[in-house]
Amino acid sequence: MTLADALRKDVLLQWRTRARFLAVLAFGAVTLLLFSFAAGPDTGALRRHAPGFLWLALLLSSTLALAESFQAEFEQRALEGLLLLPAPARSLFYGKALVNAAHLTLLGGALVPLAVVLYDLALPRPGALLGLLALGAAGLSAPGTLYAAMASQARARQMLLPLLLFPLVVPVLLSTVKATALLLTGDPMGQLRSWLLLLVCFDAVYWSLCGLLFGRVVEE
Amino acid sequence: MNEAETVTVSRGPLPWVLGGLGLVLLAAGSWLGLFHAPGERHMGDVQRIMYVHVPTAWNGMLAFTFAFACALGVLWRGSWRWDCRLEASVEVGVVLAALLCIQGSLWARPTWGVWWDWDPRLTTTAVMLFLFIGILALRRFVDDPERRASWSAVATVIAYADVPLVYFSVRWWNSLHQVQSSPETVSSAFYLPLRLNAFGVLFLMSGLIALRARLAALRLRDELAPPPAAPGAP
Amino acid sequence: MANDLAVEAAGLSRRYARRWALVDVALRVPRGSALMVAGRNGSGKSTLLRVLATAIRPTRGSARVAGFDLVADPDDVRRKTALLGHASYTYDALTALENLRITARFLRRPHTREALRAVLDDVGLAERADDAVETFSAGMRRRLALGRVLLQDAEVVLLDEPYGQLDPPGFRLVDRLLGRLREGGRSVLMATHLLERGAGLCDDALVLETGRVVWAGPAADLPAQGVT
Repeated sequence: MTLADALRKDVLLQWRTRARFLAVLAFGAVTLLLFSFAAGPDTGALRRHAPGFLWLALLLSSTLALAESFQAEFEQRALEGLLLLPAPARSLFYGKALVNAAHLTLLGGALVPLAVVLYDLALPRPGALLGLLALGAAGLSAPGTLYAAMASQARARQMLLPLLLFPLVVPVLLSTVKATALLLTGDPMGQLRSWLLLLVCFDAVYWSLCGLLFGRVVEE
Repeated sequence: MNEAETVTVSRGPLPWVLGGLGLVLLAAGSWLGLFHAPGERHMGDVQRIMYVHVPTAWNGMLAFTFAFACALGVLWRGSWRWDCRLEASVEVGVVLAALLCIQGSLWARPTWGVWWDWDPRLTTTAVMLFLFIGILALRRFVDDPERRASWSAVATVIAYADVPLVYFSVRWWNSLHQVQSSPETVSSAFYLPLRLNAFGVLFLMSGLIALRARLAALRLRDELAPPPAAPGAP
Repeated sequence: MANDLAVEAAGLSRRYARRWALVDVALRVPRGSALMVAGRNGSGKSTLLRVLATAIRPTRGSARVAGFDLVADPDDVRRKTALLGHASYTYDALTALENLRITARFLRRPHTREALRAVLDDVGLAERADDAVETFSAGMRRRLALGRVLLQDAEVVLLDEPYGQLDPPGFRLVDRLLGRLREGGRSVLMATHLLERGAGLCDDALVLETGRVVWAGPAADLPAQGVT
């Protein structure tokens, strides 16, 4: 199964360059800190905005992580080499997108303890939070992987990825932030399900759409 | 891309006719709406912005839908014509979306006392504005015309699919607080100026898109080398 | 369907925005033969090979490689061809062995350590099997790329400047591998500047100039044309 081969390749690549994960994590951590400074030392306000800060930090860090994920593919045209074997573009996309999603989930998971400390949070449902992180990371990863492939081949690559990705993932940001807030502070009106549904919808739409369109982005 | 196809640039007067017609209708509708229609009961004269705002909203959405259709044309048919139209409709759509946001702001200030009221439709428009500005930026940063066409078509499809998702997420996000209304509701006495303006903007927009597509075709013709001369020719 | 032809092309053209890199190229390569593609820098040799490998699409014209149409059945063409391009197609962060293993896995070929070491041995990289490719010199990368081509075991092999960046032992390696390919009945298209060497190893030759074919014929006749 070529997806398994693609996954193996991407996991190996990520593992071999795992030092970069720490760098991106540091970036995310600093961002969380900066948000605290920007919002002031009032613990109540920080606690209220913590979900937003967490997901914004993850979003900003994702641009670094996603852009990195394609560097290895274009340096020596390795991706083209695989496409010529032939390896289906779709499998190559899903392998990369899955690994990116896992990477972002791990990143989010690593940022949560820091957020707990900085914003004085309680974590009543850590398992559910992890699941939410995975769903949100998936939402960022699918379009992010496609756009990272584009940006890596174009000029002004640092600018292009955030410019294209940030407006697109507004639904992800809104649903994850709201859902996180509900997970942390309780959900008296049962709204969590609606937000999760929206997030799952977004993931379903973009994981199919981007897989379909990836070929047009990497083939000449 | 349908590569054997050289880029043809159409010549006729249609865009000018459409544009002219559009301006006339828009002038008539706006004059009626601004000076002749009775002021709305609760909000008075401020409500008159709706005669421009609603037509702009309809046509903005239409422009982006047309852009989506052009994107599908590029991806499936692969002709330069669709690429030129895509560029034109995204640009015109961006202008309309920007106008919408400005109009919305102009309405919100005297009505709610704030410059932005987070109305779901308007906020979705703002996100769409940025989505499609991103596509214009993408076109700027890609030099190869074929790649530019494929990539902006892909980005347009992806952006368009986001619109309902953005709308619902913003609506739920906002509904937890207060219910705002945008200058949307029109009572039947005001239909004529609205319809005139709607068609006015439609014709004006179509004329602009057609003209802009021609400009894109001209630029593209410059970018693409013409078919080479027969062998042996100097 | 004539299947005594490895490659059959007509009117093949490719435009890169303002420049036509290939214009109306026609060629026929009988199965099992070797064609040398000669020409100056920028004459279109690489473009031709990349088009035939389906790395890029032709702007105009058509071609059949190993019996399959380039534009209609690119995946089938890819299954039958292997390209040695200018880029090494490697992941620099991974070792030589790991790079080959990725290729072998996608191809459903044996990817055991022994099998892959044998390939590396063939191209003289056995001692560097477990070193990261980023530590390799340009010549070593070329050898690894050659190994990858061998691994693919394709019917039609497209070599773009195979002698480039190699040392004299490397030259002999390429000669040897070419010989092996020919013995195995493979068809070879080779773009090279080394006219005499290429003419000695190939059956036919083609000369490109600004994207057009200006000469075609038996390779033995080529040096006599004085084309440089």
